[in-house]
Amino acid sequence: MARRATPEVNAGSMADIAFLLLIFFLVTTTIEKDKGIARQLPPKQDENIEPPIIKAKNTFIVSVNQNDQLLVEEELMELKDLKEAAIAFLDNGGAPSGSPEYCSYCKGQRLPTSSDNPDKAVISVQNDRLTSYKMYIAVQNELVAAYNELRNREGKRLFGPNFVYTEKKNALNEGKIPESQAEDTEEKLKKIQELFPLKLSEAEPKKRGE
Amino acid sequence: MSKFKKKKGGDLPAVNTASLPDIVFMLLFFFMVVTVLRNNDLMIKNELPKADEVEKLKKDRSVFIFAGKPSEQYQAKFGTESKIQIGDKFTDVSSLQFALTEARQKLRPELQDYVVVALKVDKETNTGLVTDIKEELRELNMVKIIYIAAPGSVLDQN
Repeated sequence: MARRATPEVNAGSMADIAFLLLIFFLVTTTIEKDKGIARQLPPKQDENIEPPIIKAKNTFIVSVNQNDQLLVEEELMELKDLKEAAIAFLDNGGAPSGSPEYCSYCKGQRLPTSSDNPDKAVISVQNDRLTSYKMYIAVQNELVAAYNELRNREGKRLFGPNFVYTEKKNALNEGKIPESQAEDTEEKLKKIQELFPLKLSEAEPKKRGE
Repeated sequence: MSKFKKKKGGDLPAVNTASLPDIVFMLLFFFMVVTVLRNNDLMIKNELPKADEVEKLKKDRSVFIFAGKPSEQYQAKFGTESKIQIGDKFTDVSSLQFALTEARQKLRPELQDYVVVALKVDKETNTGLVTDIKEELRELNMVKIIYIAAPGSVLDQN
């Protein structure tokens, strides 16, 4: 038999095949970017333990009814005003100067009728069971925004204008901060969190007719 | 001197396309790696509410709970009441604990203690259902949750 050179495979259509696959994956890809509002639920509690008594002036009650209307501190309010109201409440610092509860960094109006200091201030959200989830998230979002704004302010005051709390926190979560600085950043974030601790309580939703 | 003489004839040489497959393959592999083929078919309407104060979710340690009204093709079978879906089947509030424990076991063992429950709830759902889910989560001691939201702000629409 005569020896024959093996003919070369024509690879010209390789690109076409690859393109076909590429387009398939391009179309099916959904780069998922799940983001959301993180929360820690309170742990299960013994029913016998009495809840701690909180002064009425240290609570900020937000109620939402089944028609998605907002009642803040017994007054009807629009959603867009909620953030301002929450900031005013948290930042009030009503304790008189000299008392151990005095809040030196608060810039609020220091009304004696509002919260003593941010550590004492509790925001309580009460939903109706028929409140829409959209409204629920919107309210939570506004309240978190209030906290974030105050925390950003403190971050800038304590650690310089480049230290924006929310940015640093996200960067840390995503591992974008070099390891040498990570611990330092975490500590700074903690310090800010201590100044304005997130105290959001959620009451059991009322059933209609109760 | 004649060495440096320009070649005559103005024919443009054809661009060499031999590396085209390589480039395309590179892109192909990129997309193959980042593609997540949806492994659970959503049987519910799932339009997320909008929020802008958001954090990123760590995928490897999360369990998803979906809730919302059944989508149109399932409404004849399941009605129009909001339902909870975990994995690819509907779950009742009463059997939620079992389903969640099962879902948690699918995570990597070292991450099971840091599990984050991601709630993907349709914006038309009643808050009552979400509260029921949260009660069950507290019972299970899975207290880290995240309400998944779409980027944007509710205030923009007003």
